[in-house]
Amino acid sequence: MQIDLRTVAIQPQRQAFDHLVRRFGDKPASRYQEGSYDIQAAENLHYKPTWAPEKELYDASLTRIVMQDWYALKDPRQFYYSTYTLTRARQQETAEANFAFVESRGLADMLPDELRDVALKVLVPLRHAAWGANQHNTFICGYGYGTTFTQPCMYHAMDNLGIAQYLSRLGLLLGDTDALEAGKQAWLDDAAWQPLRRYVEDCLVLRDPFELFVAQNVALDGLLYPLVYERIVDEHLSVRGASAVAMLTQFMSDWFDETRKWVDAVLKVAAAESEHNRDVLQDWTRSWSARAASAMVPIVELALGAEADEAVGQQLAALTARIQKTGIPL
Amino acid sequence: MDMKVAKKKLGLKEKYKLMTRDLGWDTTYQTKEDVFPYVGYEGIKIHDWEKWEDPFRLTMDAYWKYQAEKERKFYAIIDAHAQNNGHLNLTDARYLSALKIFLQAISPGEYAAHKGFARVGREFPGVGTQVACQMQAIDEIRHAQTQIHAMSNYNRYYNGFHAFADTRDRIWYTSVARSFFDDAMSAGPFEFMIAIGFSFEYVLTNLLFVPFMSGAAYNGDMATVTFGFSAQSDEARHMTLGLECIKFMLEQDPDNLPIVQNWIDKWFWRGFRVLGLVSTMMDYMLPKRVMSWREAWDIYGVENGGALFKDLARYGIKPPKGWDDAEKAIDHMSHQFMLGLYQWSFGTAFHSWIPSEDDMNWLSAKYPDTFDKYYRPRWKHIKKLADAGTPFKNYGLAKLCQCCQLPTVFTEPDDPTLTCHRESVYNGQKYHFCSDGCKNVFDNEPEKYVQAWLPMPQLFQEPINGDLGAWMEWVSLRDGKDNGDYAGSEDQQNFEAWRGLATTNQ
Repeated sequence: MQIDLRTVAIQPQRQAFDHLVRRFGDKPASRYQEGSYDIQAAENLHYKPTWAPEKELYDASLTRIVMQDWYALKDPRQFYYSTYTLTRARQQETAEANFAFVESRGLADMLPDELRDVALKVLVPLRHAAWGANQHNTFICGYGYGTTFTQPCMYHAMDNLGIAQYLSRLGLLLGDTDALEAGKQAWLDDAAWQPLRRYVEDCLVLRDPFELFVAQNVALDGLLYPLVYERIVDEHLSVRGASAVAMLTQFMSDWFDETRKWVDAVLKVAAAESEHNRDVLQDWTRSWSARAASAMVPIVELALGAEADEAVGQQLAALTARIQKTGIPL
Repeated sequence: MDMKVAKKKLGLKEKYKLMTRDLGWDTTYQTKEDVFPYVGYEGIKIHDWEKWEDPFRLTMDAYWKYQAEKERKFYAIIDAHAQNNGHLNLTDARYLSALKIFLQAISPGEYAAHKGFARVGREFPGVGTQVACQMQAIDEIRHAQTQIHAMSNYNRYYNGFHAFADTRDRIWYTSVARSFFDDAMSAGPFEFMIAIGFSFEYVLTNLLFVPFMSGAAYNGDMATVTFGFSAQSDEARHMTLGLECIKFMLEQDPDNLPIVQNWIDKWFWRGFRVLGLVSTMMDYMLPKRVMSWREAWDIYGVENGGALFKDLARYGIKPPKGWDDAEKAIDHMSHQFMLGLYQWSFGTAFHSWIPSEDDMNWLSAKYPDTFDKYYRPRWKHIKKLADAGTPFKNYGLAKLCQCCQLPTVFTEPDDPTLTCHRESVYNGQKYHFCSDGCKNVFDNEPEKYVQAWLPMPQLFQEPINGDLGAWMEWVSLRDGKDNGDYAGSEDQQNFEAWRGLATTNQ
């Protein structure tokens, strides 16, 4: 039996804030909409930035991409701070349980030396690449235009930092502080890591937020995550008995699956906007994914040896197909 | 089986270092100058970013965990508040004026701080500093969103909230806060840290948040109390960051001292002017008052601020230049400001009102030296006009200060009967100020402040051309609903009718 509780009924005067009614019609707004749309100052900015006096404080012309309405670049996950933190909090619980499981069962010590070596050699220097990704996404959030586009970049930046920290813990667990030192040395000096480091450093001087989005979140991540966490960790290491490594990197695999949906949605809307955008995106995706692919080859070689070329080639083809699906001809 | 080698024991500090600053490296394919192009032009000298002491040690996994816990609680409470018509528990709907000002002027500031901290979180060359700033960047968007979400339910029932995104950019009084945050964001990364991280978060935040949140609690506003409490542990982190930042700058090079001192002088005064809005809220807008603005200033300004500047004296820092003028203004500013708001209430998306006899007695008890002498007579006169059916409206436009953008309603520090007015001439143009503090800020950087968008001149330009109705439409102000005297307003009528429904059997 259902009992309806009686409450005092009061007629609301309106359903939503004006700017949301203008966008979505006269109906209640979601919390994502309330926390994202039109919350960046748009008019009557008071002063030019002293750090770039020819620009505005919020300036859509910092990028070559042109949007009639930057808020069209919405996040299909509808992440605002709350939904974002709740999602990551659940994932970190799993990650914590995984680390605890590996530690308590002594699984790290049971890894065959040769596989442990590969895991350390490939994964530990990536903590620096993840820090680079953090820098780029922080930049996009800071200088990009429109909250629906920039807010997920801040969340992404913090995720990048979280990943760098999980990789550091993995290094400490499978190796020791020596493993982190060796990883950093390799990142700085070993030939295998120099093309990637150069890629990251070249991105550090890019000041077009959308190009940076393509270089980092589309091209580099689009190759690095499947190659490292699927091809190397899942297919190479796990099959040979190092599934403990897959447990320690589950966060990264899940994260990539989730975030690529957002990345694709952004590309799709930007590409659909105009011929001009498609041309620019074609140019960027082409050149950055080619560069990212060649930077990944020597790293994949550390695990797969002679098969690296083919693995990267396959992944590049998969990435190309993925980008084409967003409406960018390649 | 392998020999187990005992792992090195890592202290908390060492471990956090590996999780943060060890992630960075000195770039070799690109120069430091190209990677961090904005860090040098303000003249601050940093010799060793490694000397940065992390103000707190929070890795991302812990951050997600703690913050998610707080988020769960926050949304559970505001959901319940909305569901149970929590707004009817307010002492009185007059209280909502304070919230309307907050949503229109302060929440957009939280968002600006979010963007600003994302920028400095990228522009500072030290990883430790960057990580701390990035955490503040993500916290600040949290605050903007929790505030909007908490007030969203009030918007469904009361006027004045609905157009906050329009009033933020167009109405006259929000440009006080907007120009403050725009000023900070258009400054270099170090000045931004002094402006927001130090002056706003450390020196002034207690004066804003403590009275505001206590006011909410006193007046039955569960939604606002909840975001206040929920933001408190974030604010504690932000305060330690602000303090660490200033100490770091001062310890790195003695040449930084005069630059930092100049910024402290400027941002203290800028912040003090923004807080003028808070003084009015505390003394006039809360139906049930927590303490007077004077009492809050004595605790959070004089005592806490005094201790802080005593602590910073070892670096050669002196209390801010405008400190004495601020002290002299404390017993006057809320009255002067409320009198201004009342006479221009046709142009505000919140209500003001004439204080009742009880309110005035409270004010004269709290301000024994000033209220009866200077302000009660004016309110009495205004009351007389209202009773006679000819309420006092000033349809003349306020002269705004070129720096703080408040109407120049304040008096000379040493003569409360004389309106304070200062001028500077720059490139043949005359500019007006409300005080020496604001004139000083302008004179130090006139090329910046001449750019200020002033809402009053806008009235005479496209698309308004001096038409008040067109202006109201342009700022999304609905005449007769959002503005004017609280007495007789829709908000008042609705609140009383609804509360009647909830508490009687009529």
